[in-house]
Amino acid sequence: MTTLPRATLTNTAAPASNLRPVVLYLAMLMLILVTGFMMGWNYALTIVNMGLISAIMALGVNLQWGFAGLFNVGVMGFVALGGLAAVLVASPPVTDAWAAGGARILAGLALGALTVLALIVVRHRMAAGRSKTLALVLVAVAGFLAARAVLGSGTLAVEAVNPSVSGYLGGLGLPILLAWPAGGLLAAGAAWVVGKTALGLRSDYLAIATLGIAEIILAVLKNEDWLARGVKNVVGIPSPVPQEIVLQQDPDFTARAASIGLDPVIASTLWVKLLYMGLFAAVLLVLLGLAQRALHSPWGRMMRAIRDNEVAAAAMGKNVTSRHLQIFVLGSAVCGIAGAMMVTLDGQLTPGSYQPLRYTFLIWVMVIVGGSGNNWGAVLGGFLIWWLWVIVEPVGQSLFGAISAVLPDGSPVTAHLQDASAHMRLLTMGVVLLLVLRFSPKGLLPER
Amino acid sequence: MDLLNALVAFLNFVFIPAAAYGAQLALGALGATLIYGILRFSNFAHGETMAFGTAVTILLTFGLQAMGLTFGPLPTALLALPMGIALTSLLVLGTDRVVYRFYREARAAPVILVVVSMGVMFIMSALTRFLVGVEDIQFTDGARFVINARDFREWSGLEEGLALRTTQLITLVVAGLAVAALFWFLNRTRTGKSMRAFSDNEDLALLSGINPNRVVAVTWIIVAALATTAGVLYGLDKSFKAFTYFQLLLPIFAAAVVGGLGNPLGAIAGGFVIAFSEVVVTYAWKQVVAYALPGEWVPASLLQLMSTEYKFAVSFAILILVLLFKPTGLFKGQSV
Repeated sequence: MTTLPRATLTNTAAPASNLRPVVLYLAMLMLILVTGFMMGWNYALTIVNMGLISAIMALGVNLQWGFAGLFNVGVMGFVALGGLAAVLVASPPVTDAWAAGGARILAGLALGALTVLALIVVRHRMAAGRSKTLALVLVAVAGFLAARAVLGSGTLAVEAVNPSVSGYLGGLGLPILLAWPAGGLLAAGAAWVVGKTALGLRSDYLAIATLGIAEIILAVLKNEDWLARGVKNVVGIPSPVPQEIVLQQDPDFTARAASIGLDPVIASTLWVKLLYMGLFAAVLLVLLGLAQRALHSPWGRMMRAIRDNEVAAAAMGKNVTSRHLQIFVLGSAVCGIAGAMMVTLDGQLTPGSYQPLRYTFLIWVMVIVGGSGNNWGAVLGGFLIWWLWVIVEPVGQSLFGAISAVLPDGSPVTAHLQDASAHMRLLTMGVVLLLVLRFSPKGLLPER
Repeated sequence: MDLLNALVAFLNFVFIPAAAYGAQLALGALGATLIYGILRFSNFAHGETMAFGTAVTILLTFGLQAMGLTFGPLPTALLALPMGIALTSLLVLGTDRVVYRFYREARAAPVILVVVSMGVMFIMSALTRFLVGVEDIQFTDGARFVINARDFREWSGLEEGLALRTTQLITLVVAGLAVAALFWFLNRTRTGKSMRAFSDNEDLALLSGINPNRVVAVTWIIVAALATTAGVLYGLDKSFKAFTYFQLLLPIFAAAVVGGLGNPLGAIAGGFVIAFSEVVVTYAWKQVVAYALPGEWVPASLLQLMSTEYKFAVSFAILILVLLFKPTGLFKGQSV
C-alpha cells in the first residue's frame, strides 16, 4: 500500500507563506547570476539550459511520485528513448542502408509484433490447461526464432553499409522539433507496456520492473547498431537554432555583435544558448501550466485521493490501477520529451553516457528536495540540484587543491585527493537527499 | 564418446559458470530478502553495500600482500574477508543508527525507507569510489585452476577440456558454508528464532519481549557478512568494478522476487534460477550440439538465443513472468 511522507511524517514546521516560492526562486536566480559573474556567462547559460531540461524531467517524476505515489526508477530508460526519437525523426535517412536491408529489418520487427499479438490471442482465447501453456511456449519460441533470423540478416546488411560513418538506417529527416513530441510518444509506449504488467501489484515491484526496463532500453541502444549506431554514437543531429559557425560568417550578426562591443565568437555562442533557453523555457512553461491545471482539476484531486488512501478511493468507485497506468504513462512521456530535448541540445546521442545515478536517481533528488506533489517545487528542485551537481566538482577541486597545497610535494595523498574530487558529487547528493528527508520531508516548497 | 564430449563442454561452459554465478546471486539475494523480511523495505543500497565490502576487502588484501602474507594456493582475499565483513558491519550499523532508525521509530511507510535507501546508495557509492576508484581491479592470487583443461584432456583422452577455476570452487564452498551457517543460526539459535518471529509478526514478537534493536542490529551484521562475501566472491570470479555492482541490483532483486520476497530459501533458489537462465539463454550452444548430433544435422548458426549484452533482459523477463503468473514467488513470500 502506498503512503506518502505527508501521511506518515507530519512536518511540524509553520505552514509555508505565499512569499516562500517567490523568495526561493529569487534566491535561485541569484545563484545563477553569481555563477555567471564568477565563472562566465557561457558557463551559467549552460547550467540554465540543462537546468530547464532537468526541471522538465523532475516535473515528469513529480507527476508519478508526487501526484500518484508511483515509484519509477527507470527514468533513465525513458529519457534515453526520447533521445532515440531525436535520431529517428531528425537524422537524414541512409538510402543505401534501406536498400540493403531495410525491408528485412521491417519484416523482422513485424514478425516480432505478430508473435506478441499471437501470444495475446492464445492467452485470451484458449482454455486454461497444459495445452495452453504448451501453445504459449511454442508460439513464443517459434516467433522469436523467426523474427530474429529475419532481423539478423537485415541487420548485418545494414551495418555493413559504410560502417565508419553510418552503418544504420538513419532517421526520417524531419524537423528536429517534431522529435520532442515523438520522444514523449515513444516513452509513453514503453511506459504503457511496463505499467500494464507491473502496476496493480506491490509498489516495490514497479520499482524493480522499471529498474529492469531502463537497463534493457540502454542495452538495446548500445547493441543494436542498425537502430542508432550503438556505442559508436550518432553525431551531427540537426539543430533547431542557427549554428555558431554560420552566425560568425553572417555580416549582419557580426555587425550587431560589434555594436554592443562583443567578440563575434563569444556573441554567437551566447546567442545560440539564449535561443535554446527560449525554446526550452517555452516547453517548460507549457508543461508546467498543464501540470498545474491537472493538479487543481477534479482529476488531480482524484489522483491525490488515490495516493493517500487507495482502499477508500477504490470504494468510491475509482479504478485505481487504470488511473495509475494513466499517470505513469503521462509522467514517462514528459521524461521522454526532456530526453529528446537533451539530445537536441547536445547534437548527439551517446548511449554510453547514460548512467542511472545521473539520469534516474539525480532526478529523484530534485523532486524530493524541491517538494514532491508541488509542481513549482519540482521545477525549483530541478534547477537547484542541477546547479549543485555542476558546481560541486570545481568547488571540490579547489577545496582539495587548497588541502594539497599544504601537503609536501608528490605526497600520495595529493594524487588521491585529485581523483576523489570527481566523486564529491555523489557524496553531496546523498547527503542533501538524506538531510532533506530527515529534517524537511516535504521539501523546499511543500504541497499545500 | 561424442555425448561424453558434449557433456564435458556443457559442464565447462554452462554448468560450472552458472553454478558459481548462481551462488553469488543467491548470497546477494539472501541479504536483500533478509532486509525485506525484517526491516521491511527493498534496499536499493544493497549493490553498493556489496561494492563497499569488496572495496574494503581489496584494500586489506593489498595490505596483506604488501606484508608478504598470502594464503598458499587460495586467494589472499579470503584471509582479508573477515576483517572486511567487520568493517562493512560497522558501516551498515552506523548507517542504521544515523539514518534508518529515525524512520523505523517514526513507523514510516516502507516506500519512504526505499527513498531513504537511495540517499544511502549515493553516499556508499561515493565512499567506494573514494576508496578504490572506478577502474577494473583484479585481486585474485594463488593457484588459478583446480582442474586444468589440458590436464583433464590428457587424463580423460577426450577432445573437450574441463576447467575448474579455484575461484569457482571457492565460491561454491564458501557460499555453501555461509548458507548452512545462516540456516543453522535462523533455525537453532535463540537470536535467530527471534529474528524469524519478528519477520512473521512484528507486534506479536514485541509483545513477547523480543528486543527489536537487537534483532535489527543482528540483521544488519548478517546482511553485511552476506553482502561482503557475495561481493568478494563475485570480484574474485570476475573482477571488481564499482558500476558492475550497481547493475547486480537487478538480478539480485529478480532472484529475491522469484523466490518470494522475505523467504531465505526462495532467495537461494531464485539466485540459481536467474543465473542458469542467463547463461543458458546467452550461451552459444553450437559446440555442445556439434558433439551431440550427427555431423549433417548440426546447424551453421551459433545457436545463441541472445547476445550476452542482453543478460539483463533475461532476469527481467523471468521477473515479469513471475509477476504475471505467481506474484508471491516460487516459494511463498510475504505480500505487504
